[in-house]
Amino acid sequence: MTRFPLIGHATADAVVAWRGGRPVTAGAFLAAVTALAERLPTGGHVLNLRTDRLGFAVGFGAALTRGAISLLPPNDTPEMLRRLGDAYLSLVHLTDSDGLDMVSHRPANVTAFEIPTFPADQVAAIAFTSGSTGEPMPQAKTWGTLARSVRGAGTAMGIPVLGAAGLVGTVPHQHMYGLESVILLALQHGLALHARRPFYPEDISSALGELGSPRILVTTPVHLRTLLADGVRLPKLDFILCATAPLAPQLAIDAEIRLEAPLHEIYGCSETGQLAVRRTRATAEWSCIDGVRLRSDDQGTWASGDFLKGETLLADVIELNGPERFILHGRAADQVNIAGKRSSLAYLNHHLNSIEGVVDGVFVMPDEDTGQGARRLAAFAVAPGLTVETLMHRLRQRIDPAFLPRPLRLVEALPRNATGKLTRDALTRLFNDPRPGK
Amino acid sequence: MSEVNSMVRPELELATLIVDTLNLEVAPEDIDPEAPLYGEGLGLDSIDILEVALAISKTYGVKLRSDDADNVTIFASLRRLNDHIQRHKAA
Repeated sequence: MTRFPLIGHATADAVVAWRGGRPVTAGAFLAAVTALAERLPTGGHVLNLRTDRLGFAVGFGAALTRGAISLLPPNDTPEMLRRLGDAYLSLVHLTDSDGLDMVSHRPANVTAFEIPTFPADQVAAIAFTSGSTGEPMPQAKTWGTLARSVRGAGTAMGIPVLGAAGLVGTVPHQHMYGLESVILLALQHGLALHARRPFYPEDISSALGELGSPRILVTTPVHLRTLLADGVRLPKLDFILCATAPLAPQLAIDAEIRLEAPLHEIYGCSETGQLAVRRTRATAEWSCIDGVRLRSDDQGTWASGDFLKGETLLADVIELNGPERFILHGRAADQVNIAGKRSSLAYLNHHLNSIEGVVDGVFVMPDEDTGQGARRLAAFAVAPGLTVETLMHRLRQRIDPAFLPRPLRLVEALPRNATGKLTRDALTRLFNDPRPGK
Repeated sequence: MSEVNSMVRPELELATLIVDTLNLEVAPEDIDPEAPLYGEGLGLDSIDILEVALAISKTYGVKLRSDDADNVTIFASLRRLNDHIQRHKAA
């Protein structure tokens, strides 16, 4: 069985992460992984809620060491945590304040430097996608799938050429993109990971300033747009990686010119992980990473690959220019992508209609992107006896805030046709009706 | 609620900026200046906060930072946010 190492750093004193302005070496990182692993049970599941990236990476490595599976819930709403608790008994929680490990800033004993390796078929993580039933669908990821896709994507984008670069990411690491393109990209390619997740443009600038050159910024279209609009001065960048939703070509060009660094995008989904990359300024065409192949049939486009299990039907409309090259035409009808977070209308409708007091309800994706800010969903509900505030409060406990409807309108009835269906036209008319719901 | 928690003029201007920036379906004067902006209350999420921070930077020249000691309380309410802006605004 093929095995892949936890990290790609060559020596014990190579820098794995920067935390609080100080470097953490590979030796110190591995010592922390070992120390935490000794305190975890063997096997089972770990809910790694650490926001500190170094702490998360230590927890992820320790879980791998013990053969435990890290769960990546789509959100941390109370409802989701309750479901996970029910589904995975004796789930171990790791948090920023659990005190289970201390990363020493002192260089570790160099003679003891040995990087652990894990078999390619060991299940490392479970990501969740929103099924149409309202029940999150687990997607098991083997260590081989994660390591090979991150190595393939990094190589396709030229990351190895940058050497021991520093990496700042603006995305959370508790989902596939963040896990792959922040945590694992840094660990597998021997980069130095900034332990914080900067939020405001000023934070991003100062985080980058704490790293030496070369510097990599991993971000999303929403963050990139605000970063450019803010006009904050950034330290010299050498590479920008953007994902979660396709970037408008003009924004990609603008970013390359103003930030003076090449910008690459990654395409993928929770079911498959990273599949393809492109340098948006140069081409609209995506190139599959090494070992990934696509094919189309009546149902849509299927992805398979050397390190993927079976074939996966992709939720996007894709035009193939070859088995490894394609143009992306947007999402399939039921799919929604709000600020890079994916869900389906069926999933959201299920949650709306399962709220006590809701007789009928529907989420609607407005037609036009306003071009200003992030697009939001709207929703209509028939819920006599409930106020908009109460309904919103209950939705908030069930679904990710990005999908909360704006507006949410209470109506007397939904405009269902004779067969009970809601047509796009009828919903658009309802949406444009200025009468406020009460 | 406006009788209980009435807004001063800079607060109303800030409320208008937030409503306009995010296309909220609420009148600026109906925002409770003491209610939370994030999560429950006005119901903003992190994407909104980024948008509002950008608008504040453009309008008032005040750049928000996560490592401000009082960052957690800045978005606690319209009133707190306005206080923060007034304190840090270029004279």
